[in-house]
Amino acid sequence: MSTTKKFAGALLVTALGVTTLGACGDGKDKPAAGASGAPKSKTVTLVSHDSFAVSEPVLKEFEQQSGYTVKVLKSGDAGAALNQEILTKGSPRGDVFFGVDNTLLSRALDNGIFTPYEAKGLAEVKPEFVLDEKHRVTPVDSGDICVNYDKQYFADKKLTPPQTLDDLIKPEYKNLLVTENAATSSPGLGFLLASVGKYGDAGWKDYWSKLKANGVEVVDGWEQAYNERFSGSAGGKKAKGDRPLVVSYASSPPVEVLYGEPQPAEAPTGVSTGTCFRQVEFAGLLKGAKNEAGGKALLDFLVSKKFQEDMPLQMFVNPVVKDAKLPELFTKHGVVIDKPENVAPDTIAKNREQWVKAWSSLVVK
Amino acid sequence: MAVPLAFFGLFFAYPVAAIVGRGLKTDAGWQFGRIGEVLARPDIAGVLWFTTWQAFASTGLTLLIALPGAYAFARFDFPGKGLLRAVVTVPFVLPTVVVGTAFLALVGRNGLLDELWGIRLDTTVWAILLAHVFFNYAVVVRTVGGLWAQLDPRQEEAARVLGAGRFAAWRRVTLPALAPAVAAAALMVFLFTFSSFGVVQILGGPSYSTLEVEVYRQTAQLLDLPTAAVLTMVQFVAMGLVLAVHARTVRRRETALRLVDPGRTAHRPHGPGERVLLGGVLLTVALLIVLPLGVLVERSLDAPGGYGLGFYRALEEAGSGTFLVPPLESIGNSLEYALAATAIALVIGGLAAGALTRRAGRFVRGFDALLMLPLGVSAVTVGFGFLITLDEPPLDLRTSWILVPLAQALVGVPFVVRTMLPVLRAVDGRLREAAAVLGASPWRAWREVDLPLVRRALLIAAGFAFAVSLGEFGATVFIARPDRPTLPVAVARLLGRAGEMNYGQAMALSTILMLVCAVSLLVLERLRPDETSGEF
Repeated sequence: MSTTKKFAGALLVTALGVTTLGACGDGKDKPAAGASGAPKSKTVTLVSHDSFAVSEPVLKEFEQQSGYTVKVLKSGDAGAALNQEILTKGSPRGDVFFGVDNTLLSRALDNGIFTPYEAKGLAEVKPEFVLDEKHRVTPVDSGDICVNYDKQYFADKKLTPPQTLDDLIKPEYKNLLVTENAATSSPGLGFLLASVGKYGDAGWKDYWSKLKANGVEVVDGWEQAYNERFSGSAGGKKAKGDRPLVVSYASSPPVEVLYGEPQPAEAPTGVSTGTCFRQVEFAGLLKGAKNEAGGKALLDFLVSKKFQEDMPLQMFVNPVVKDAKLPELFTKHGVVIDKPENVAPDTIAKNREQWVKAWSSLVVK
Repeated sequence: MAVPLAFFGLFFAYPVAAIVGRGLKTDAGWQFGRIGEVLARPDIAGVLWFTTWQAFASTGLTLLIALPGAYAFARFDFPGKGLLRAVVTVPFVLPTVVVGTAFLALVGRNGLLDELWGIRLDTTVWAILLAHVFFNYAVVVRTVGGLWAQLDPRQEEAARVLGAGRFAAWRRVTLPALAPAVAAAALMVFLFTFSSFGVVQILGGPSYSTLEVEVYRQTAQLLDLPTAAVLTMVQFVAMGLVLAVHARTVRRRETALRLVDPGRTAHRPHGPGERVLLGGVLLTVALLIVLPLGVLVERSLDAPGGYGLGFYRALEEAGSGTFLVPPLESIGNSLEYALAATAIALVIGGLAAGALTRRAGRFVRGFDALLMLPLGVSAVTVGFGFLITLDEPPLDLRTSWILVPLAQALVGVPFVVRTMLPVLRAVDGRLREAAAVLGASPWRAWREVDLPLVRRALLIAAGFAFAVSLGEFGATVFIARPDRPTLPVAVARLLGRAGEMNYGQAMALSTILMLVCAVSLLVLERLRPDETSGEF
């Protein structure tokens, strides 16, 4: 036994050596975190999901003007990230949380994880996005979940792409659509909510029965649906996907252009404008934040014109402030959805679980 | 034993107990009634049934396909053997999203089999089972093959000289010696497939669900902690059963073995029988493992305007805000995390294996089981547990980088223990006693007697721990910092976006992950110093 202990001791020392070394290389952002005894913290921490992105010059400018250093913590998808905040309520990992959307808003508010704060510049935000009159959350962006179509396929078949939810159950579009599991994927849930918005609590099941009869395919996540099964995307082409209709985002066509190599003159995919559900994403000051002042400054920054105009090309969503200019990529290749389907956040909160269950047993099983 | 116990207590038992407790305890006290309620639900019963039978089927199929491979890798010399042994371990580290993609290219719609013979296996159980073989082939080849290569073939020859038939000699001599390693491999494959997450999600479509998928859904998506807690407890019970059965079957058979230098047991295949066997093994590996991996490489090179390295070059740019650093830097991050995790896993696992070899009794057996638990418990449970327990100084580690290697080491330790135990137990204690009688200090006896014999197992274990750490995604994604993404996290981020460049870069980065893993394993195998003879 004692021999093993000695050997282990040696190994442990080695292990600690390795880890300490790592810590040294890592030390540049340590002082701020450790300086909790200082009167005013210079670091402000933003907790978010994996899709959060901001361009470096814009972030640097905020840091220079405000004097705060921004630390970003991303953790998993939107649902998981929010649930982590709910679990750590009162002892949050950061100061501001960004990434709660209207499908999950009630869960966040009911759990009371946010401190009310009216951001400077909120007056510039379009009023339809301000869903919490107590300002526990601040709207930051909006995006539309819509059916995308493969332009090439429909041109070859001399077929008009479907435009509305009603179109999707027509015989000429049989076996063309692939969507995501509403139980595990946020675009999947958005598409289910679009049908609820359109046909109401009474009619959506009937719609999905028809959609199922018309050969809708359900896969688990967006990555598979878009990169594997959809024939219009770059990934789908390589994977020989054969579904020319997919549930994705209204901003997906501009993204196909931006990351095309070389960039195509026209997007290879289009958007069925009558199939959309609007998502609005919010940020809020976390209760128990160590750096409230910094958190407030960060919230102001998120609705500032600078950040709002940077956002579209970083996260591929739309700004929520009135006079933010869209990049050319969006105005040229994107579409504006005039009448998205919508369902009130508390209606969603009350029924989501039951809707998803009913949907699963109807469509998946 | 105190160190591994403390490690597991602090970084596994406590966080998991806390999150399960949070689920089952309300203001009104403990809600044990929930257990019955959840288990009575028909959908949960269906998930349980599917989880169990597919795990049995996957384990059986993996053993069937991989045991000949273990034999071939242990006993035959053939060109490229070291490289191939590294290659079969590669699936183990790849993000399941990527592997699912590669696998679908083979058995999915318009896949190779579809084009050749019109066979499509996507969304069938066969795709799941085959993918499980693909993932776990290396577990059997490495665990069983590692020991097999060190068994003295002369014992079997002696039995044959004494009149035993070829099969009888094998059954009486080699099989009993191998049994513990086979059982250890089967156990690990079972636990991996029982808690299968990505494979089932991607290849099974939404109609198949395992307990692990359900725990993830209930925790991360629905925040239904009571249901998740009950399901986590079901996982514990199932693992307890498996480990109990395992303990009963293995313990009786473990005996001290004559271990020899693996270099001396392998030979070039001679005779038609051996050549056919080797050919069959190589063909299986080519079809089942090399081909799907080849598809990935092909797609990573399939840049617009002809094949080339365009996607790889793009990895050097920080580009958009998805990455604050060029994706290429994630290689360095992954290697650093994996090294730290391997070091931790070797210390903890080595100590634990040592303690388990030298002590017996019910308490120690319980400890043995405890070490295996992380393999069967959902990463999301552990991740969420970390969040609510490690939140106070001095252990407010929630935003510390050390959480990543710690979480990765949790999964690595069982490999270290399982790989080292059969070899450690096989060491003849009399050798050590002899050394002590001749005046060697315990440390010297260990260094001169045990170490040369277990060195190989130690390196194999390190290889596993390293590979597991490189590929770990579930827990890492919760805790990795955005400025230091690991390779799998970076791949997932790229795949999460539309556009040709993103898809191509994801494929390129997966190919790099594959190469990093293969090269690391090759280097690790090379580290094995030439056996200095004269020690025994």
